[in-house]
Amino acid sequence: MRVLRSSAVAAVAAATALTAVSGCAEKSDTKGSDAVRVKATDDKCEVSTASFPAGHVKIAVENKGSKVTEVYVYAPGDRIVTERENIGPGTKAEITATIKAGSYEIACKPGMKGDGIRQKITVTGEGAAPKNNPELDKAVAEYRKYVQAQADETIPAAEKFAEAVKKGDLDEAKKLYAPSRVGWERTEPVAESFGDIDPKVDVREDGLEKDQKWTGWHKLEKSLWDEKKIDEDDKKLADQLMTDLKDWQKRVGTAEITPTSMANGAKELLDEVATGKVTGEEERYSHTDLVDFQANVEGARKSYELLKPVASKNDAALTKELDKQFTELGKLLGEHREGDGFKAYDSVGKDDRKKLSDAVNALAEPLSKLAGAVVK
Amino acid sequence: MTDPTKDPTAGVTADATTDTSTEETADAGRGAAAPAPAGPSRRSLLGWGGAGLALGAAAAGGTAAALRTGSDASPAALSGDAVPFHGAHQAGIATAVQDRLHFAAFDVTTSDRDALVKVLREWTAAAARMTAGHEVGEGATGGLDELPPDDTGEALGLKPSRLTLTFGVGPGLFEKDGKDRFGLRDRRPKALVDLPVFPGDNLDAARSGGDLCVQACADDPQVAVHAIRNLARIGMGKVAIRWSQLGFGKTSSTTPDAQTPRNMMGFKDGTRNIAGTDAAALDKHVWVGEKDGPAWMTGGSYVVARRIRMHIETWDRTSLKEQEDIFGRDKAEGAPVGKTRERDEPSLKAMLPDAHVRLAHPDSNNGATILRRGYSFTDGTDGLGRLDAGLFFLAYQRDVRDAFIPLQSRLARNDALNEYIQHVGSAVFAVPPGVRDEDDWWGKALFA
Repeated sequence: MRVLRSSAVAAVAAATALTAVSGCAEKSDTKGSDAVRVKATDDKCEVSTASFPAGHVKIAVENKGSKVTEVYVYAPGDRIVTERENIGPGTKAEITATIKAGSYEIACKPGMKGDGIRQKITVTGEGAAPKNNPELDKAVAEYRKYVQAQADETIPAAEKFAEAVKKGDLDEAKKLYAPSRVGWERTEPVAESFGDIDPKVDVREDGLEKDQKWTGWHKLEKSLWDEKKIDEDDKKLADQLMTDLKDWQKRVGTAEITPTSMANGAKELLDEVATGKVTGEEERYSHTDLVDFQANVEGARKSYELLKPVASKNDAALTKELDKQFTELGKLLGEHREGDGFKAYDSVGKDDRKKLSDAVNALAEPLSKLAGAVVK
Repeated sequence: MTDPTKDPTAGVTADATTDTSTEETADAGRGAAAPAPAGPSRRSLLGWGGAGLALGAAAAGGTAAALRTGSDASPAALSGDAVPFHGAHQAGIATAVQDRLHFAAFDVTTSDRDALVKVLREWTAAAARMTAGHEVGEGATGGLDELPPDDTGEALGLKPSRLTLTFGVGPGLFEKDGKDRFGLRDRRPKALVDLPVFPGDNLDAARSGGDLCVQACADDPQVAVHAIRNLARIGMGKVAIRWSQLGFGKTSSTTPDAQTPRNMMGFKDGTRNIAGTDAAALDKHVWVGEKDGPAWMTGGSYVVARRIRMHIETWDRTSLKEQEDIFGRDKAEGAPVGKTRERDEPSLKAMLPDAHVRLAHPDSNNGATILRRGYSFTDGTDGLGRLDAGLFFLAYQRDVRDAFIPLQSRLARNDALNEYIQHVGSAVFAVPPGVRDEDDWWGKALFA
C-alpha cells in the first residue's frame, strides 16, 4: 500500500473523470430514434450506426439470440467505457453513457464469455482522441487482461484465507495470508487508481486517517501474528475484505490504462518495494515481505514485457539494461526462497537487505526512463 | 536557468508554449544549462560559515582563498566561485579547504569492466559540469514530461561554491575475495596497502572500506550533497553507496595566513599543516613522484579516511589543564607548551611524553608529514543521550606506508587523547592525478 497516492494511473483516472463530466456538453435528451441500436444474436452483433456524435449516448440493446448476453463499449486498449451484463434471450436493455470523440468498439458476448463479437464505431466531435499506436493499444489490452486475471485469481485465494479466519483457524489463516495478496501486489498501481479500495483492503496502521476504522489484510495480519488470536471483529473483517476485493474485481476493467501509466506503474511497483518491502515495514507482523516483493517485481516485469516491443525500437540500450537488471534482481530474490515461498524477512540480515536495496535501485533507475522510451 | 519556484509541471515540451525564454529552450535542446546567475544569491549569503576566516584573511592581505576572478577581487569563498576542474592534480587536496564536506565511498556492484568505465566517464563529465555550477545531463527541468529529470535540482540557482570533487580507488577495485575483478590486480600500487589494525580500533564494517570514493567539498553544504547525490544516481546498478559522511567546520587549514579553525574539542587544528601554496612541501609529502610508480599514479596521492568519534561529554568534564596537557598546546591561543604564540616553534621536550602534538609531530616520526583535510561531524545523537560527534579525519600523503601507518601506530599506542576518542570507520584510497582535459576521465590511465 502507499501512503501518498499520487500515482500516474490515479492522475490519469482523475483527469478522465473530469473530462467525462466537463469535457462534453450535455445534449438535450436523445429521442428513442436517436439511440444507437444493437441487435445481438448468438453469432452476430449488429450495430445500427458505425458513427455517432460525442456526448450523452443511449444504446438500445435487444437480445434476439438464445443465450444470455452482455454488451460492452470498449475504448482503445479495451478499457470498458460502459457495459451491461445478463441480458436474457428475448429481452431488451438500455445503456447510457457519456462518450468522448474517438474510436471505440461495441462487443456482444453471447454466453457472457470471451472477447465477444466486435464492431468498430467512431464517435465524432470536438477534441478527437489522438492517433493511437496499434502496437501500444495491443500492449494496453493485454495488460488489461492480465490485471483482470490477477483480480479474478485473487478472489478464490482470498476466499480460502477469509474462510480460515472465520473458522478461527489461526495456523491455516497464517498460511493462506501471503498467497491471498499476490494478485493485488502484482497490480497494485491499478488498484490504487480507485482511490477508495486501497485504504479499505491494504492500509497499514500507520496509514490510517483520524477516525478511520482499520479494515483489510493488515489488520488481520496484526491479529494473527501479533495478538495471536482471532476475535469476532476479525471474522467480520474477513467478510468485509471479500466484499471490497469483489468490488475491485468488478471495477478493475474500467481503470484508465495508458502506455505511460503502465510504464509508470512498473516504476511505482519498484517504489513500493524500495520504500515498504526492503525496509520490512509492509509486513511488520507476518514478515512475509519477500512474497509481496516478488509479486511487485512480477507485476512490473509484466508491464515492461508488454511495452518492450515499442520501447526497444526507441531505446535498445535501455531495454537491454532493464532485461539485465530484472534478471539480476530475480536471481537475488531466488536466494531467499524457502519451500514454495520465501524466508521470513526478519531472518534476512542487514547485508542481504542492502544487496536487495541496491538491486532495486539498479532496476528502478532505468525503469524510470521507460515511459519516455514508450512515448518517443 | 528555469525558476525552480515555477509550477514544476510546466516543462518544456515540443508543442507546449511555456514561459521559459527561447534562449533557455535552446540550451535545454543542446543539453547545456545556463550558468548560475552572477551576484551573491540568498543562499550563499547564509551558507558560508567561513566568512569570518576569509574576511580576516582578506584584511590581512592573505591568500585565504587564492582563487579570484579577473573582475571580482573578493575572496572566492565570498564570491562562490568555481574551482577549475582540470589540471595536473585533482582539485580538493591542495585547494584552500572549503567549509563543508560530503564524502562517499562506493562498492562496485557490476562485474562488467566496460560498464564501470562508462560510469567513470559519465561521472567525470558530470563532475566537470557541477564544479562549474552547471546542471548534469539535460538539466533539472525542461525535459520530457514523462521522464524524471537528469539533475535532481536542489542546486538550481546556487553558485559553484568552490565545489571540488576528488576521486579515489580502494584496494577492493584491484582484488576482492581473492578475485582479480577487472584485470587490474597487477596495477595496484604498492603504496595502496590495507591498513593494519591499530590498537583501540572499533571499526564498523558498514562505515569502512569501499572500492571507490568521491570527496565533495564546497562552501555550501547543499552543493556538496547535490554533487554526491547525482553521482550516486548516475552510478546506480554499477556502483552503490557503501557509506557516506557529512562534515562541517573544516578542522585543518591549508591556508596558514587565515585563522586556524578549531575541532569539536575546542582546540585549533592544523597549525602546522602543509600549506596548499607550498609547492615544495606538496611535492615532497603529498604528490606521488615519477619514480614512485606506478606511472598511472604520478601526480596523484593517497588518502586515508578515519571516522573518529569523540567522547564529547567526558571531554567537556575534563579540566582545562588536563585538556591542554593532552594536546600540548594552550586552548585560547594554540601556542605550544612554554611558548606564547600559535606559530611559535613547538618544543616537544617541554610537552608530556604522551601529548598528542608531541607524538604526531614530524620530528617524532622521522619527518613523516601528512596533509590533513578533516572535518567535524555531528550525526545527531546515539540513543544514549550523547552526541554522535567527532572528527572525520582525512589525510593526503605520498605513501601511506611512510606516513599515516607509522604515525597512527605511534598515536594508537601512546596518545593521551585516546581516552576521549575512538576510531570507528576507516578507509584508504589511491587518488589518481588530475583530469587533464575534456578527453581525460577519472581512472583513464589506470584502465588504459
